[in-house]
Amino acid sequence: MTTPQPIIQIRNVTKKFGQLAAVDDVSLDIMAGEFFVLLGPSGCGKTTLLRMIAGFELPTEGQILIDGQDMVGVPPNKRPVNMVFQSYAVFPHMTVRDNVAYGLKIARTPKDEVRDRVEEALGLVKLDGLGERMPDQLSGGQRQRVALARSLVMRPKVLLLDEPLSALDAKLRAAMQFELAELQDKVGITFVTVTHDQDEALSMASRIAVVNKGLIAQLATPSDLYEYPANRFVADFVGSVNLFEGRLVVDEPEQAVVDCPELGRVFINHGVTGPHEAVVHIALRPEKISLYRHGEAPPAPDAPVGHNMADGVIKGMSYLGDITIYEVLLPSGQMMRVSRPNLSRFDQEDFTWDDRVSMRWHSSSPVVLLA
Amino acid sequence: MFTRQPIAPLEYTRRWSLRAWVALTMFFLYAPLVALMVFSFNDSRRNIVWQGFTTKYYLKVLHNDTLMTALLNSLTIALFATIISLVLGAMAAVMLWRFRFPWKSAIEGTMALPIVVPEICFGVAMLIFFAQIGWPMDLPWPFSLGAITIAHVTFCFPFVTMVVRSRLASFNREQEEAAKDLGASEWQAFRDVLLPHMKPGLVAGALLAFTLSLDDFVITFFTSGPNTITFPVKVYSMVRFSVTPEVNAVSTLLILMTVILTTIALYLQNRMTENSGKGHS
Repeated sequence: MTTPQPIIQIRNVTKKFGQLAAVDDVSLDIMAGEFFVLLGPSGCGKTTLLRMIAGFELPTEGQILIDGQDMVGVPPNKRPVNMVFQSYAVFPHMTVRDNVAYGLKIARTPKDEVRDRVEEALGLVKLDGLGERMPDQLSGGQRQRVALARSLVMRPKVLLLDEPLSALDAKLRAAMQFELAELQDKVGITFVTVTHDQDEALSMASRIAVVNKGLIAQLATPSDLYEYPANRFVADFVGSVNLFEGRLVVDEPEQAVVDCPELGRVFINHGVTGPHEAVVHIALRPEKISLYRHGEAPPAPDAPVGHNMADGVIKGMSYLGDITIYEVLLPSGQMMRVSRPNLSRFDQEDFTWDDRVSMRWHSSSPVVLLA
Repeated sequence: MFTRQPIAPLEYTRRWSLRAWVALTMFFLYAPLVALMVFSFNDSRRNIVWQGFTTKYYLKVLHNDTLMTALLNSLTIALFATIISLVLGAMAAVMLWRFRFPWKSAIEGTMALPIVVPEICFGVAMLIFFAQIGWPMDLPWPFSLGAITIAHVTFCFPFVTMVVRSRLASFNREQEEAAKDLGASEWQAFRDVLLPHMKPGLVAGALLAFTLSLDDFVITFFTSGPNTITFPVKVYSMVRFSVTPEVNAVSTLLILMTVILTTIALYLQNRMTENSGKGHS
């Protein structure tokens, strides 16, 4: 097996708008064939980073290499990357076919080849037979496919996608997530996508860089990002989470205990190698907590007595169909979020407002965050 | 039986008071024009009493050489003024829309000045200006029309700028970036993406400039010499002698010309906006 080569190398790149650093000394390698996602809240610098790769913004400092070549002084029209814009930016006065053929015509590709490649690209995005349509005769989803085909037909080394699904409705977005991943698999081009939507990122990406305030908060695979967040920002931004402050009182290779004033003692089945007595945070995902009627709960499955348990009163419920989310008020006054799959249509065990409940969790569930 | 529906609150068009108001407005606006056109067919030297139908004044107009020369002058001036205004105005619009530079708002303001400055002042200013720089008055046709054309460009091109600029405001800049992303140079992106978007604005601006130039009287009056009489100036001098049906005929032709031009331009503009969507993809 060959080791994957980095197709994009970002080296100590900083981008300043006036005094403000939109991107702050970021270094990043994106491998060939990856589906890479830049995830972050709006204004975090992820789009600026993407636009610097495309060449629409120039780094204030640092270097961007595409396929080993320094991109300094290379304008957007000479870079081996293509971009799908957030607004799709389909040319409204050209037919679908002319839109897709535009880049090839600029490159003076022979007519026959243009025709074949345009047909191939239209087929790839499932727009066969719509070549003669004008953009305003297309739906939003179809226009996005035109934008995709228009970029893919250029056979770029990297395809950049700026918030590709944000303008689509929920159903279409879910379908497109799968389709984009499938398409990427088929064409084998490296995709770099920017999004603020964590579901989108988790479902499509091979790796995700979470960006916050111009810095990369964490770079990991989707499951690592979710299960092993590196800091409070990532834990909170990716998925839903309960965060509690506590003191690290036991830290051994096989176990650790954090004493949280608002949650009690939390037992973890691995060491965290943090400074003794350090102030840390415990992150506990809502779906990793079991809910019982008060007094009917078994002891925590794999923790010493008195650990990994909490009592509370249900103060809020939100029924989402597949799951129900409960907001449980702890005696300390903190709210705890617990989610529960609705396994049967009529749940005898159904909880409701003001029910007193007990919660338990496995010792593998809490994540200790040092930052 | 046919029963009338009661008038709904927003059905203004079914209220007699509003219909009457509309009728009155229309009458007020168009009665003079209609009278003018009708009396151009009046078989009488004097213009007051209807004597019978004739088209002889139209024939007379067509054989009036000085009038035809004036018309040719007007059309030539309008054509060149429009072309120059279009280029200048479109360039100014793109510059003001695209770039940020010192004194931008001041420049924008001064550019709109010819629109608000009273025409009479502009005319006098032009007269003094051409006299001061010693603009030659004895150039051969069509160069003799140069002074008037320049004067017309000064008040026409701000209108082009305004119209084109408002069209540019709806341009999605990601389209231009997309073109460059696909390999287009600055010029190719302008030609293939920005220019098609500007087209309806250019057509509307050109039409505005052409009609403004064609029927301008005040400024032209001050800048025209004895050999460069334009159509409106000629009509004015005809009226000074007497208002004959010939003047009516001439005016009717002028109205017809502008209406036809406007219709063509609107038609072209509609067809283009249909093709280019609403600016955003």
